[in-house]
Amino acid sequence: MILQMTEVTRIHGSGHTAVEALRDVTLGVAAGELVAVMGPSGSGKTTLLSIAGGLDHPTAGSVKVEGTEISTLDASELARLRRQRVGYVFQQLNLIEGLTAAENVSLPLELDGIGRKEARAAALRVLSTVGIEQLADRFPQDLSGGEQQRVAIARATVGERSLLLADEPTGALDSITGESVLRLLRAHCDNGGASVLVTHDARFAAWADRVVFLRDGRLIDETTSPSGPETLLVPR
Amino acid sequence: MSVSMSLLAILDEGSSYGLQLRNEFEARTGGVWPLNVGQVYTTLDRLERDDLVALQPEPEPEGSKVYQITAAGREQLAAWFSRPSKPKTPSRDELVLKLVMISGRDAGSTAEVVQAERRAAIELLQEYTLLKRDASEDADLGWLFLVDSLIFQAEARVRWLDACEERLARMRPRSTTTPAPASQPSEVRK
Repeated sequence: MILQMTEVTRIHGSGHTAVEALRDVTLGVAAGELVAVMGPSGSGKTTLLSIAGGLDHPTAGSVKVEGTEISTLDASELARLRRQRVGYVFQQLNLIEGLTAAENVSLPLELDGIGRKEARAAALRVLSTVGIEQLADRFPQDLSGGEQQRVAIARATVGERSLLLADEPTGALDSITGESVLRLLRAHCDNGGASVLVTHDARFAAWADRVVFLRDGRLIDETTSPSGPETLLVPR
Repeated sequence: MSVSMSLLAILDEGSSYGLQLRNEFEARTGGVWPLNVGQVYTTLDRLERDDLVALQPEPEPEGSKVYQITAAGREQLAAWFSRPSKPKTPSRDELVLKLVMISGRDAGSTAEVVQAERRAAIELLQEYTLLKRDASEDADLGWLFLVDSLIFQAEARVRWLDACEERLARMRPRSTTTPAPASQPSEVRK
């Protein structure tokens, strides 16, 4: 299991002002699996994703990434795990304007002590897998929204990171470009990674192997695996 | 109407006989709308009666009757392509009727129905999406149009259910808005 959240509760504030953002959430995501999380605004989707990636701490419960209990890690260990094991893609892409596409992608590796040349080579490889190697030396402002999102996905998957967390990654994109982002998330999973996608858009959630539904901080339901397109087709 | 115009569209690309027309129709629509040969021949008879298709003088060596489109048929086909399709009355929808009928009852039960239907709609959407995932980059454009149409219709259903849930939540206190689990979420994938 790449991600294992067990009975995770997150309460913001205390006393009369306490808000329960997540309650007893148990969710496992295996290698090769893409799981979509759906729910209305305020249902806890982003909190779930933040806790899964170690950006926020649960009030109770356990979160393991590739078997490592992240709540017991100190700040530097957690930062290393986030750099090496977990990639994030947001609707706001957070690309650094003054760096080229390749530099944005290689930055996490360089922060990890990998030499500039080796980091650039790795960045070019992953930019190639997302189909924009030829744009490696362009700056973010010279790229379209879809191209910038590809850079963000490349940055999130560069290195050996197995867990890709995506929060509304298609929010600012048109329908066909959004689809290409989903193809990239799927490719990450098909290559042995795992991904959690938060989305309010059923059309994109449907690319997942499993869709789970959050309401008021609780997981209330989930889909079963799709049975395959052949069930839709009429035998000749 | 749509079957007869579809057959005319295929015949516009070349003469054909009944079984070929059936096979071509199903190939283009992926078998989503099955068509039996009897229905094809009944439609061809009607098109022939209206002078929109004509029999070729010489049948195939196997004896099959070969049809070709007429000038009047081409005219009808062009008119079909250019005329916007506007359904005159909304078709009766079981899910809509179900929610209309349950709406006056217990709100909790309604919320459960909404969630169960949403899950089912998304499962259907997942199946349609598999069709697209499996389609190659250079898949037939008409086929992609068809799959997109199925996907967008299923998505519209989910969005409508979301709106129903929001409306329902506004009609009652927030403490009771969470529907009971429609099924037990699987704890983990082992």
